[in-house]
Amino acid sequence: MATTDIKLRHGDLGLSDDDVLGMYRAMLMARAVDERMWLMQRAGKIAFIISGQGHEGAQVATAWPMRKGTDWMAPFYRSIASAMTFGMSAEDIITAHLAKGDDVSSGGRQMPGHYGGAPYNIVSLSSPVGTQVLHAVGIAMGAWVRGDDVVTMTQFGEGTSNQGEIHEAMNFAGVHKLPVIFVCENNGYAISVPLDRQVAGGSVASRAAGYGMPGVVVDGGDVLACYAAAREAHERARRGEGPTLIEARVVRLTSHSSDDDQRRYRDPSEVEHLKEQDPIPMFAAELRAAGVLTDEIDESIKAEIKAEINAANKAAEARPDPVAADAHERVYAEPIPGGGTAVALAPIEGGSH
Amino acid sequence: MAELNMLEAIRLAMDEEMERDDRVMVLGEDVGKKGGVFGATEGLWAKYGDKRVLDTPLTEGMIAGAAMGAAVYGLRPIAEMQFADFVYPAFNQIVSEISRLHYRSNGTFSAPMVIRMPYGGGVHGALYHSQSNETYFTSTVGLKILAPGTPADAKGLLKAAIRDPDPVMFFEHKKTYRLFKAEVPEGDTVVPIGKASVAREGRHLSIFCYGFMRTCALEAAETLAREDGVEAEVVDLRSLRPLDLDTILASVEKTGKALVVHEANRFGGFGAEIAAEIGERAFEHLDGPVTRLAGPEVPGVPFHHTLEDWFMLSPARIVQAARDLAAY
Repeated sequence: MATTDIKLRHGDLGLSDDDVLGMYRAMLMARAVDERMWLMQRAGKIAFIISGQGHEGAQVATAWPMRKGTDWMAPFYRSIASAMTFGMSAEDIITAHLAKGDDVSSGGRQMPGHYGGAPYNIVSLSSPVGTQVLHAVGIAMGAWVRGDDVVTMTQFGEGTSNQGEIHEAMNFAGVHKLPVIFVCENNGYAISVPLDRQVAGGSVASRAAGYGMPGVVVDGGDVLACYAAAREAHERARRGEGPTLIEARVVRLTSHSSDDDQRRYRDPSEVEHLKEQDPIPMFAAELRAAGVLTDEIDESIKAEIKAEINAANKAAEARPDPVAADAHERVYAEPIPGGGTAVALAPIEGGSH
Repeated sequence: MAELNMLEAIRLAMDEEMERDDRVMVLGEDVGKKGGVFGATEGLWAKYGDKRVLDTPLTEGMIAGAAMGAAVYGLRPIAEMQFADFVYPAFNQIVSEISRLHYRSNGTFSAPMVIRMPYGGGVHGALYHSQSNETYFTSTVGLKILAPGTPADAKGLLKAAIRDPDPVMFFEHKKTYRLFKAEVPEGDTVVPIGKASVAREGRHLSIFCYGFMRTCALEAAETLAREDGVEAEVVDLRSLRPLDLDTILASVEKTGKALVVHEANRFGGFGAEIAAEIGERAFEHLDGPVTRLAGPEVPGVPFHHTLEDWFMLSPARIVQAARDLAAY
């Protein structure tokens, strides 16, 4: 297990000013979409929201080295910023949360937070936690079998890290040195249960040693450290050296979901100080100190985002709702007798009743 | 035409499909150098290499889940469960993921893959190497479920399964693997999914079966014809989902009597579905109660040969059930 405690400057990492401003913008955009959806949830327009607030720095930074259209991602339910960095637009995300009929993730079939998008190489996500990590390993296996230069990234929480499927996935990826990056976003809580009641030894990354892969702990509030870890993992995967487990220590700024109230199980003083660990102002301060971000640039980015969110929100709400008549379609690639339809076949004959 | 047993037919189907399409791969426990514990993949590792014929750790969940990932990526994986009895760690992947992927993504993702399931008793395998657990999967929408009873069907249906755009579970009764040889058409003969086969024509009653029970039912039909003058029609379902209701109903319409035979236990078993469909759709044609002959209501096949013999269905038991129904 390695830890990164040296402050990294973006120039040293080969990132331009535009790159880091782009990352900052992506974090702000994900946050703005997230906040907008909470408002829509409170207004009764969205049934449910499960937030990525506090995870944006780690998500944008780890997804940043991935090549759009080439690399793959198997997300989890907080992966809003990762999914957007991979190509999903604000309108895609809001449309999915409104469960509209032409939502790219599921056409209104899945709950909010179940990211996915075939055009973006983002695998459709279900609700049982940890299953997606095996899909990531399977995609990586596919690329390895075919000899393709493709890297797959998957995200999950530290609560999910205890599922047997995570062990199966990491062990298999380690055995064959598959090109996959495991990103554990450790926010310290599995809904209400704190880290010390979930993870023996207190570290997910330290488990990597048992799978023959590097396990890297990064501060999820340190965007450039997250980027550096992900870039190294990406290069390592492309060199054929196998998987990496990155444990990003992040903060969960909201309750688990819109159905939860974290004041029931988190100490009031802890909740009060959460905002101080928000990665967005921390990254802004870093960019200001580096002379990259000015008040003028910051205001301009925020104004752009506001306009974009408003337009996305409006466009998403105007999209068509799904129709019940379509709900039995696309069960199988082609309809099969007795499957994918609730409509009974007619009795063969003589049915006078 | 070559005479092959079930195992040879299954192996040949995989070999031909791997030859034909380089996206096809095999993964599972001991499928590589050893060629599988039953020998189904024998020779494939030497021919296609250790990436396309991949030995996995002992992790059924991973075998199914990684196969789905590979299918999403564009490969055509064939995942082998060493025994159908060991599928349960993969249940979450099969039921939550593989069966639902196409629907939940509104048709934008698919999992074209095959899960091979060596199932069934009569092989001295006791509770955990003998299960007929097809009903867990036949009731899962999104899966296709096949259970061939002849080498020709095994080869033709497995080829169809590998080419199918949907996930297919392929149940191979272990007792049939080396039980007999039969003619298998040479070359690229594909048996369509969703079609039952009338294994023997008859007019007095219909016996619906699949897998090893086809062999037992045909033997029973011989006895019934010889000793009782009862002509039983034997319908081998082959495909449990999709189900060929047309062939089932046409047979009932002809004979007026239906006996459903399967090795899995009776309560909530696949026979209940067949009986309900016949009851709903062919009630007017029935001349006797739709009857099920199934495995006993115990949690598994017990080990000692006396106990196993007690558990297993046999031609003699089918004859008895058919006599009772014919006399109704």
